[in-house]
Amino acid sequence: MPPLTLALRRLGLTPRELATHAVLLLAAFAVLFPFYWMVLTAVRPSQEVFSAGFSWLPETFVGLDNLRTALDQAPLLRFMLNGAIVCAGILVVQLLTAIPCAYALAKYEFRGRDLLFALTLFGLCVPIQVPALPLYIALAFTGLLDSYFALMLPFFLSVFAIFLFRQVFKSFPDEIIHAARLDGLSEMEILWRIVVPSAGPAIAAFAVFSITAHWNDLYWPLIVVTSKELAPPPLGMMYFADNETGANFGALMAAATLLTAPLMIIFLFAQRHFIRGVTMTGVK
Amino acid sequence: MALSLVTPQPRPADAAEKRLGARIAPSIAYWFAAPSILLLVATLLLPILVVVALSFTDYELGALGLSFLGFENYAALADDATFWRSLKNTAYYTVLVVPGSVLLALLLAVLISGLSRGRRFYQIAFFLPVTSTLIAMATVWKYLLHGAIGPVNHLLVFLGFPALEFFGNPDLVMPALAIIGIWQLVGFNMVLFIAGLTAIPADLYEAAAVDGMDRPWERFFTVTLPLLGPTTMFVVVTSSITAFKVFDTVAVLTRGAPQGASDVLLYVTYLEGFQYFRIGPAAAMTVIFLGIIMVLSLLQARIIERRVHY
Repeated sequence: MPPLTLALRRLGLTPRELATHAVLLLAAFAVLFPFYWMVLTAVRPSQEVFSAGFSWLPETFVGLDNLRTALDQAPLLRFMLNGAIVCAGILVVQLLTAIPCAYALAKYEFRGRDLLFALTLFGLCVPIQVPALPLYIALAFTGLLDSYFALMLPFFLSVFAIFLFRQVFKSFPDEIIHAARLDGLSEMEILWRIVVPSAGPAIAAFAVFSITAHWNDLYWPLIVVTSKELAPPPLGMMYFADNETGANFGALMAAATLLTAPLMIIFLFAQRHFIRGVTMTGVK
Repeated sequence: MALSLVTPQPRPADAAEKRLGARIAPSIAYWFAAPSILLLVATLLLPILVVVALSFTDYELGALGLSFLGFENYAALADDATFWRSLKNTAYYTVLVVPGSVLLALLLAVLISGLSRGRRFYQIAFFLPVTSTLIAMATVWKYLLHGAIGPVNHLLVFLGFPALEFFGNPDLVMPALAIIGIWQLVGFNMVLFIAGLTAIPADLYEAAAVDGMDRPWERFFTVTLPLLGPTTMFVVVTSSITAFKVFDTVAVLTRGAPQGASDVLLYVTYLEGFQYFRIGPAAAMTVIFLGIIMVLSLLQARIIERRVHY
């Protein structure tokens, strides 16, 4: 056996697998390149962007200068704080409303249950752009536009959460609920102290899902927010890119890096949950 | 109709016993569901009814009154060149994004599933764009695809091709947006395909091997692809829905330019409703948008149903 093949064997790699790795690494490079270019541009002087050639590393490394410029020009930290407030508010209300509803759908018999479940499934198909006009008009008439409440309102109800948690609660054994009831626990206590802790992974998966969706949402903030102080990250990024008439790419990319980073970090830590969440939506 | 759910209804106790093994006041179920029902009615059902109603009126935000127009808004849309162009562009975008993101995802999923190590690394790498803030990344893409300074054009020139002005050329703007769309969607589809592949029993591959099929592509076409059929259909429909909702990249990068070549349905609706405040026509467009999404969703529901029996 030739020495190279032997060495690969020892690593547990066949030549075919090596070729697969080569193809996948190339594809991964292409997919990750925009992130690389973003960070690269964030740490080099902006005139380098305009130079004719392409360089893999910054010719002049400017460290955090671009980031400082960006922070001077726009309240990026404020945008991130807004994003955090909105995401947290939405998630808390989503969990508090969806969990009991999902539990009722999964474990109780009541009149109208099938209708409620059918409406949940219907709701899964309706994108935010459909109720947007009436919700906007209602917020305009009540003087609630341009507020955190306006940013959160359409997302308080998550039919996806109801659907997902119903599936999870359905598989929770009835015997345990029955035993808890004999021990004198109220229905509320059974739900929050016994059933919900067992659904931890599903709740984590949904939380990552929800935070990602609302941190990244542009459509609704673009409609209801007019004051800069309330802008969540995507809208802030849009303001920033618009005002950046001097074509300061370095600062722009530093801003993009900063606004994208929190979610990337959450994803890298919670990717198991996230990927599980995707799988639960579709295939299962 | 849905509000009647909140009112407790008397019902036989044995129904409760059947499910719960104890007598529970039925009102508990309603208390548990009430907050969601309230939100469902207030933020979903009622707004949908209102948007349909508004589509038959000439309402403008700030106006004191409105009058009933019947199907006039719809008739006006039928004659509106911008509306048709936006429909056509959205369909074109969808036709580009769906095959691109589905075939690439299938290829990646099959390659990754065949690996003995490194699977998680690739999953994370290809999934990263799904979680990225599209607005920030769209700004990155704008410069990656820039006619003069973009690395993509550096590469094209290096390979001997002419440089392309992606966002300035009416013929190239939708493909350029589609590249960004595919980039963002492929990881999501890949995860769905990997889950589908995991569900294929290993003994089917062994049976295929016994039948003398030991080349990878033979196994792929005789075992993998047929068994992935339902997953593939599901991914195609889900991707179509996602692609049909394209908005962010258009709103940030092109705003319909050049010459309306990147007008898409949601962007045109957004301008009509939230920039010009012509609520009637915007509502009519929203109803058409909802109709298209519902057709796709029904298709999706039928696929899910079929999979259950599969």
